[in-house]
Amino acid sequence: MSELTTAGLSVTAMAGLLRSGQASPQDLAAASRGELDRIEGLHAVLRRTGELAERQAARAARLLAETPEAAGPLCGIPFAHKDVICLEGVGTSAGSKILESFVPPYTATALQRLLDAGAVPLAVTNCDEFAMGSSNENSAYGPVGNPWDPDRVPGGSSGGSATVVAAGAVPFALGSDTGGSIRQPASFCGVAGFKPTYGRVSRYGLIAFASSLDQIGPFARTVEDAAGVYSAIAGHDPHDSTSSPAAVEPVAAELRRGVQGMRLGIPREYMGEGLEPGVRQAVEAAFAQLEKLGATLVEVSLPTTDAALSTYYIIAPAECSANLARMDGVRFGLHVDRASLTDTYLQSRDQGFGPEVKRRIMLGTYALSSGYYDAYYRKAQKVRTLIAAEFDSAFETVDALVCPTSPVVAFEKGAKSDPLSMYLCDVLTIPVNLAGLPGISVPCGVSAGLPVGLQVIGPRFQDGRVLRVAHAYEQATDWHSRLPGPVPGVTA
Amino acid sequence: MTQTSAVGLIDAILERYEPVIGLEVHGQLLTRSKMFCSCSAEYIDAPPNSNCCPVCLGLPGALPVMNRVAVEFTVRTALALDCEIPEFTKFDRKNYFYPDLPKGYQISQFDMPMSHDGHLTVSVDGEEVRCGITRVHLEEDTGTLQHAGDILQQARSSLVDLNRCGVPLMEIVGEPDLRSPEQAREYLVRLRQILVYIGVNDGNLEQGSFRCDANISLRRRGDTGLGVKVEVKNMNSFRAVQRALEFEIVRQGRLLDQGQTIAQETRGWVEARGATIGQRSKEYAHDYRYFPEPDLPPLQLSREYVERVRAGLPELPQQLVERLRREHGLSAYDAALITAERDDARSFEALVAAGVPAKAAANWLMGEVARLSRETRTALSQSGLGVRGLAALISLVEAGSINGPTAKQLLEELYLRGGDPGAVVRERGLAQVSDTEEIGRIVSSVIEANAAAAADFRGGKEQALHSLVGQVMKATRGRADARLVNRLLRERLSG
Repeated sequence: MSELTTAGLSVTAMAGLLRSGQASPQDLAAASRGELDRIEGLHAVLRRTGELAERQAARAARLLAETPEAAGPLCGIPFAHKDVICLEGVGTSAGSKILESFVPPYTATALQRLLDAGAVPLAVTNCDEFAMGSSNENSAYGPVGNPWDPDRVPGGSSGGSATVVAAGAVPFALGSDTGGSIRQPASFCGVAGFKPTYGRVSRYGLIAFASSLDQIGPFARTVEDAAGVYSAIAGHDPHDSTSSPAAVEPVAAELRRGVQGMRLGIPREYMGEGLEPGVRQAVEAAFAQLEKLGATLVEVSLPTTDAALSTYYIIAPAECSANLARMDGVRFGLHVDRASLTDTYLQSRDQGFGPEVKRRIMLGTYALSSGYYDAYYRKAQKVRTLIAAEFDSAFETVDALVCPTSPVVAFEKGAKSDPLSMYLCDVLTIPVNLAGLPGISVPCGVSAGLPVGLQVIGPRFQDGRVLRVAHAYEQATDWHSRLPGPVPGVTA
Repeated sequence: MTQTSAVGLIDAILERYEPVIGLEVHGQLLTRSKMFCSCSAEYIDAPPNSNCCPVCLGLPGALPVMNRVAVEFTVRTALALDCEIPEFTKFDRKNYFYPDLPKGYQISQFDMPMSHDGHLTVSVDGEEVRCGITRVHLEEDTGTLQHAGDILQQARSSLVDLNRCGVPLMEIVGEPDLRSPEQAREYLVRLRQILVYIGVNDGNLEQGSFRCDANISLRRRGDTGLGVKVEVKNMNSFRAVQRALEFEIVRQGRLLDQGQTIAQETRGWVEARGATIGQRSKEYAHDYRYFPEPDLPPLQLSREYVERVRAGLPELPQQLVERLRREHGLSAYDAALITAERDDARSFEALVAAGVPAKAAANWLMGEVARLSRETRTALSQSGLGVRGLAALISLVEAGSINGPTAKQLLEELYLRGGDPGAVVRERGLAQVSDTEEIGRIVSSVIEANAAAAADFRGGKEQALHSLVGQVMKATRGRADARLVNRLLRERLSG
């Protein structure tokens, strides 16, 4: 079946090929591998999974042949995952030199659930080092090109995962979102990117950046596919004490209920001066579209929004300063041998970590230091509580919030050289992590030829509602079905 | 300094200065699995790094899950020490780099411990001392290091064993309410006894499952302020604690006498030298940067839960002492000895239940049985003889069927091997000879054969009787009723 082309196919479309016998899991894997070869110039993939993919495809084929009724919708579907999610026997480096040699002896729960569902892992995707960044330029292994314009960034930190889905190489990919790291690259690349409620998807096996903010979620070509992947990976995990024991609501039916009669809030503070005009235009058109579909749009206010960024840049670095302490060169990863223990620690970490990671470790160490804790960390936790409470009270009057995902579209590589301007990219996504809410980005237009994302935010554990609004919007538009052209400079 | 001069010195110093002592105890909890993973908590006999998993190895992406039994054991301890248990408690990260701490932080409790404000009352030389318990909290143990060289910094290489890493560890912080090394020692003895009684800790100081650090400062008698405190570590016996504190009293007292100030520091007790050695100065102390552990949600301990744990508390040592005195008329001294180890107290109660008189049970347990269990390193309950065998043996003595020496001999013989004492007595004809006629005959012949000794006794030499008794016992292969032999000898010799 060498003529089989899978470029841009959704999970649902691929599942159709499998059920009708037009393709086998091995065919889909081979075709997707070909697609990944085609976009190699974008540098979205750090590692292939090798034999594991073959084994998993063969297993899926058996399942489909022997017990087709028991095989779920992801059985035989190829996918990619971000380089921060542990996969047994496959290198997992978190985009960092310090973990270049690290091969985890265990598999993350979210990945394991996909493997159990018969999905076929093909590739490990590039990302900002330890998921710290908004452009993928902080990867120790080099930046990723945006499939719409390889000179521009795909966003970050899950830039590689967004890219492989946007380029149509695989129908879905896993990423992680600590301050926008799924939604912002989804917006920059023109795909659906969903961050579930904190506690919905197990973090076991996710190399931690900021434990109280991190959440694994899917990139997909459609909201329906994102919902399907979410359903497969969500739910309580006894290995993660912060995963919710509450049963996961079935989202497939809720998805189709439409937005007729819903009240959607537009946070005034999210539509401020920092928005690029093209982004504002696309998002306002999306609001109009939602009204046309029967929703009522009202303005709401989240006055603490302007404190979210500084709050985040205390809490996240504080947590990361401890989370990254285990990378000490003693038991795994980069070991720089020196005469003394202290020098071994210092040199291993100095050579192993990149500048942004070091910056955040220092910020966090400082914020937690005795004498500064109350002024920084404790105060930040209080503001975080306020931010969450503000969202809660907004959700007393509206069902969900709609707003831009990012104030800007994909920028050129190297354009944001000072850290602060980079941090500002996440100003519209960070509050959602601080409050632990579900949020999704769906494509809602283009500005200067580059995708714009619409963000939908819901109350905690109303993941289905967020997916429902996004799905209703997506079904009424066709922004999601666009595919970027061939990658310049790369021959097919 | 010689022993005598040291003793003289400490007394002189104690006339001028009052020591203020507070103890911190770390006790490993007797849970089957580690605190945050399902690995076995066994580490002493396990091959290095065999009881480890991604969680206790601190691999990237691994997450902790709380061991419920560890929480219950800590609550149990807190209740036994009359602590208050708040409804809300949380865990914190204590950050520092060391190769035995693979995560780079220890999960511990900082500002909201599982319990606080308890107390333990001990009695020394008839004086009751109520020592406050600041807090009892839960944390994880570290791995262990083997250095090729004295200390880590100078070692050519070091080996890390992470079997112990993540074993649940309880920290019991005492108030600085103790005023002498003797009080400190008694506090530890009682605390250890309680932990063992309630089944949360095995109380092994040598292997380090029960560890103690001491804070000590001196102040002039009559002063109420506190002096500069020194923390003393590395004491792995009760005796070491007492000696280390005595050493510190002398060391600090001399410095104060010379008008010097005491440096706030951590010192290690070096058993071989009988001295404490400065380890690190507090000025360079770590800033541990505690912050709430984001991987573990705070714990809510409902009142119902706490009451359930309280209801399940076994009898505490002090309660048991009082009950044994009440029910069996034991003296305070015997009751304290019998209850020192929970196992002995159990044996005592079993012996009494089997019909052995309380006093006899106490004497046997504290005497011959204690010696044998020490020598054979086997507790009575684990021995071949067991409590039932011992009860049978004592009953034979009490009934006059065998005499004391025979009983001791049998105990020694059967302690490890086991066997029915009654059957052995029958088989070997060890029954006590209490027949007046039979013993009378032997007594007469012994007097005849030992005319010199008999004459000595008649001449007022009381000692001479012993050798005559010995001869009679020998003639009966040790089976004779010694009291009867004595009586008959005296009758015949004075006749």
